[in-house]
Amino acid sequence: MNAIGWPSWRRLNQEGIVFAIAILLFAAAALGLPGFLTADNLVAIVRSVSVLGILALGMAVVIIGRGIDLSAVAIMAMSVAWYLQLLNTGTSDGLAFAYVLAGVLAIGLLNGFLVAYADVPAIFVTLATGSFVFGYVRSQLITQDAVPVPGGHWVELLGGLRFLDIPVEVFVFAGLAFLFFLFLRYTKWGRYIYFAGDNPVAARNIGVPVRPMLVLRYVLSAFVALIAGLLTAASLHSINTRIVNSTLLYDIVLVAVIGGIGLSGGRGGVRNVLVGAALIGILLNAMTIIDIPLLYQNLIKAAILLGAIIVDGIINPRDEQTAQQGDI
Amino acid sequence: MRLLRTLMAAAAVLAVTAFVAPTFAADDPGPAAYAKSLNGKRVMLVPLAMGFDLAQGWAHYLKKEVEAWGGTFETRDPNWVVDAGAQAITDAIASDTRPDVLIIHAPDLNSYSKLMKKAQAAGTYVLLVDNPANFPADAFVGSDWDKLGQLEAEAAIKGCGETSSKKIGLVQGDQANSSSLYQYAGIMKVLEKHPDFQVVAKPDSNWDATTSRNVTTTMLQQHPDVCSIIDFWDGDATGASAAIRDAKLDGKVFLVTTGGGEKAADCDKLNDGTYGAVVMTDLARQSGDMNAIIKFLLQSGQPAGTSHTYIYTLEKATTKADLKPDSCWDLKELQAEAAAK
Repeated sequence: MNAIGWPSWRRLNQEGIVFAIAILLFAAAALGLPGFLTADNLVAIVRSVSVLGILALGMAVVIIGRGIDLSAVAIMAMSVAWYLQLLNTGTSDGLAFAYVLAGVLAIGLLNGFLVAYADVPAIFVTLATGSFVFGYVRSQLITQDAVPVPGGHWVELLGGLRFLDIPVEVFVFAGLAFLFFLFLRYTKWGRYIYFAGDNPVAARNIGVPVRPMLVLRYVLSAFVALIAGLLTAASLHSINTRIVNSTLLYDIVLVAVIGGIGLSGGRGGVRNVLVGAALIGILLNAMTIIDIPLLYQNLIKAAILLGAIIVDGIINPRDEQTAQQGDI
Repeated sequence: MRLLRTLMAAAAVLAVTAFVAPTFAADDPGPAAYAKSLNGKRVMLVPLAMGFDLAQGWAHYLKKEVEAWGGTFETRDPNWVVDAGAQAITDAIASDTRPDVLIIHAPDLNSYSKLMKKAQAAGTYVLLVDNPANFPADAFVGSDWDKLGQLEAEAAIKGCGETSSKKIGLVQGDQANSSSLYQYAGIMKVLEKHPDFQVVAKPDSNWDATTSRNVTTTMLQQHPDVCSIIDFWDGDATGASAAIRDAKLDGKVFLVTTGGGEKAADCDKLNDGTYGAVVMTDLARQSGDMNAIIKFLLQSGQPAGTSHTYIYTLEKATTKADLKPDSCWDLKELQAEAAAK
């Protein structure tokens, strides 16, 4: 498999397997489920995974650079909760937004700095900052789990935005996916991420600014989380910080990894996120139409994911040549 | 003359009574016994989390009362994490300042059963609030969820009307929490009596608003003629309402839910038409019930775990038509009151 280019179809990789499963599921649902293959439902599928996909884009960039950002969901929920709380208590919109932007930037920088310069493993750093962000904002800055959007505020209007009857988050997801694609594929710093993820020492030896770029990735991930949070609040007219306790974080990692972005870094791209998100979206939608209880939905989801990983393990066995140091 | 004598006699009796009365009051054994049994007693509330309206309301009303009779009131915040709640209960039982009354908001039917047994064995009265559990607590105070589900179903049927499609959608919580399971049972009981009404879909929201939105969107696309949706909690019904809004079916789908009767969460949303009906818990009264049973248990002298009382809160389906200024309680006001102290 070539690292970032188009897949070679002669050799089926995980992305290919997952894509095939997604197509099969789609075909089966389109044939078997009335109302699945309608424009409205297809839009609903994309929309249901938009926020997840946006977060997965941020996660993908971090993972490709051989890191992981477990603070993404905490940043997403808490930054927006704080923003809305400030608005509800009378802070002017500009000032409130400036505070929140500064806060998000600070957490991104802190994540990046601790990973890049203090050499603490990313998994511990972001786990800790995520807990810190949640704990601090929840206990010091907001009074309740759920913070409503003030009536008539632009966040509320954003949620009602439609182009051609398609909700705004679908466009934001598509736009961000395109931007990330351009960044990863055509910019120098984008290419460097692959070098750094594949072999940080070698990348450093050829003069890639490995550490500043590491910081950049965590800042990027934090900003993407803020956007995802704003879109969530826009749609629901409130944000519930309880989402930090949900399985959303694992779903984000899942979307990235199931799509074929290796946790060992250096491999994958935006297309993998789209494939992963498509599988999850189709799966959840079909199961909801069939009215399968949530417990079984989780079981089926887990079984399919496990199946994809096992098949990948059989088709692409790990050996000394393919295994990398730092593989999780 | 006789009348005058009678009057004078009456006046004399009155005077004597008036003179004696204060001595009577001083001898009333009530206050002393009350103070003796209650003074310095510890009450601890362990809700699912402290960050939502119900828990904050209970804590407000309980604290006021407990501190008034000279007890101490504490809360623990497991923040929706079952393990953290178990840890909090374990620590509380083992600590030197073991609470005399433990009020537990159980996350499911079984998780805390062993711990509650331990608490009772140590001499702590255990009260279950809101969510029933498979455990003979000293008292259960909260909703009869089966009845609550029946009220929701009746409101939905009424909201649909006789000329409607008679299709109802449910957005359940999950398949583990007693409040979700019993609510479902109650709804189905009523719908059995109305065979012309059918449930077209019954997905779970897992109490999450985004999931509620996604499943409701799918439900409305599959069955655009649904006349009513019952979402099992106002905490995630914002998602179902967003889906209805997005599908441009406002006013056509009658959304029924249940909640603690907080103003911003329930009454405001009834008022603006987001919800058609909310089965609301009278939180102040529910807290009052808890206070009464706490005071009774502490004075009763009976060992913990010997009595099992169920005190169900009066529930009512409220619609916009029967909203009154005092239908809801205002969390913001309570917070302002607490901040002012």
